[in-house]
Amino acid sequence: MKSDMKGRGRNKLERTDRLVRLSLLVVAFSAVSTLAVITIFMFEQGAPIMFKYGLRSFLAGSDWYPTEKIFGLWPMIVGSLYVTLGAMVIGVPFGLACAVVLTEFSSRPVRRVIKPVIELLAGIPSVVYGFIGVVILVPFIRENLGGPGLSVLAASIILGIMILPTIISISVDSIQAIPLSYRAFGMGRAIGETMAVIMIAGNAASVPRSVLDPVRTLTSNIALEMGYASGEHRQALFATGVILFIIIMILNTVANVTSSRMKGSKG
Amino acid sequence: MIRKWLVLTAVLAAAGAATGCRGARSRSELTVAGSTSIQPFADKWAEVFMEKRPGLGVNVQGGGSSAGIQACKSGACQIGMTSRDLKPDEQDLHEIVVAHDGLAVIVHPENPVRAATLPQIKEVFSGDLRNWGLLGGADRAITVVTREEGSGTRGAFQELVMGRTRIFKGAITQDSNGTVREIVAHDPYAVGFISLGLVNEQVVALELDGAAASERNIENGRYKLVRPFMFVSRGEPTGQALEFIEFVLSDEGQALVKVEGLIPIKRGPSK
Repeated sequence: MKSDMKGRGRNKLERTDRLVRLSLLVVAFSAVSTLAVITIFMFEQGAPIMFKYGLRSFLAGSDWYPTEKIFGLWPMIVGSLYVTLGAMVIGVPFGLACAVVLTEFSSRPVRRVIKPVIELLAGIPSVVYGFIGVVILVPFIRENLGGPGLSVLAASIILGIMILPTIISISVDSIQAIPLSYRAFGMGRAIGETMAVIMIAGNAASVPRSVLDPVRTLTSNIALEMGYASGEHRQALFATGVILFIIIMILNTVANVTSSRMKGSKG
Repeated sequence: MIRKWLVLTAVLAAAGAATGCRGARSRSELTVAGSTSIQPFADKWAEVFMEKRPGLGVNVQGGGSSAGIQACKSGACQIGMTSRDLKPDEQDLHEIVVAHDGLAVIVHPENPVRAATLPQIKEVFSGDLRNWGLLGGADRAITVVTREEGSGTRGAFQELVMGRTRIFKGAITQDSNGTVREIVAHDPYAVGFISLGLVNEQVVALELDGAAASERNIENGRYKLVRPFMFVSRGEPTGQALEFIEFVLSDEGQALVKVEGLIPIKRGPSK
């Protein structure tokens, strides 16, 4: 009788256990399926037009006149890469230096103050960064270096500062011997950032010839024109999203492969 | 026990939500959506209209001309606002001109250039004329600021000034009248175009072809950059939509937008 009760109790426990596991699975799966739904939707909206006008002209065309049905994304692809690269060039040395100081040369109390402050940087909304860029950085560049100020340089500097917190915490972790594989996150933030970039990059849909020229990124292209776009113009903006998606996938894969190779050569 | 409380709370919450909904519905809603250029004026119309007709709520939303037309076609709003002409596949909508708007070509107040001809402006925006010196200003490169593709304001500028010539690719692109004005207000070498009603003391509107950008010159036809602001609906407007449109077209409605810088429809240029 007694053991029977015990058995039933265990059964009940197991059932609850299974129930919890199942519901966790459902929740976890919903996150994955959201991603799947977004991906499917984007490709469904964006892919047909790419094939209609030819993948080549879409990727390599340098004219973007969507209302005339001319959809060349090349300036925006180059723009995104320039701005991302610029942000890394500015953000990585500063971030690494900061991380080295934090881990090697500073006392524990100092670290306790500085690290949360840096992490707070990550919480500042991007529109604030953009605003600071417009008010301080853009006029500075215009008056001292020439050009309209709204430029590759301005966007790179602001993005470089925006990715600092990510770079610093990743570097700190990796100096403390945690795997390197998260470096891609900093790059992801730089290539995906939209609000601040729209405000300071000038958004001209042409390939910039110097760092002082205005530039338009893929994300800016979508956000700038979505409000008024209709028909094929709208589809072309989804196609822009598809291209961005693919570029980010490539970057992530490259980052993962490199870091696992580095791990392999270390071990 | 806990479960009972949960159920009770849920029931109460649902009841609260239900009554809340009913409260909102007792006031019937008219939704007007579209062009961000028309939105501020529509807000004004809605505000005064609702004072006169407390039972009727008018909900004004932006989103852009295309979004407004789409929303109107799908029935998500009763009235769409557009500052561009309807495209061939949108011709099934009913359109009513509710006001006219001037387009101003603006420069920084410190810029000595105060006048230009339309062909000159066209060359500036096509990228063929790149130095203020050629217009009687300083020997500095011109920073050209334009709106994004698809914008109603850009569409109007393209039609009225550029014709078939393209705005050049290297032009700074912004997605609202406000940001264009902001850039021109802070860059002594910039030039842009915005709604005449939105010109303020931060910028100067150029005299074009010898006519200052003023309401009078638009009315007598000397200033050429004028575009219509339109409401669209599925079929002839009825009920609340009709009531609102009648108010907008009334002397009182038109007087409201005149104060805000638009050109009233009844005395506007004939189209």
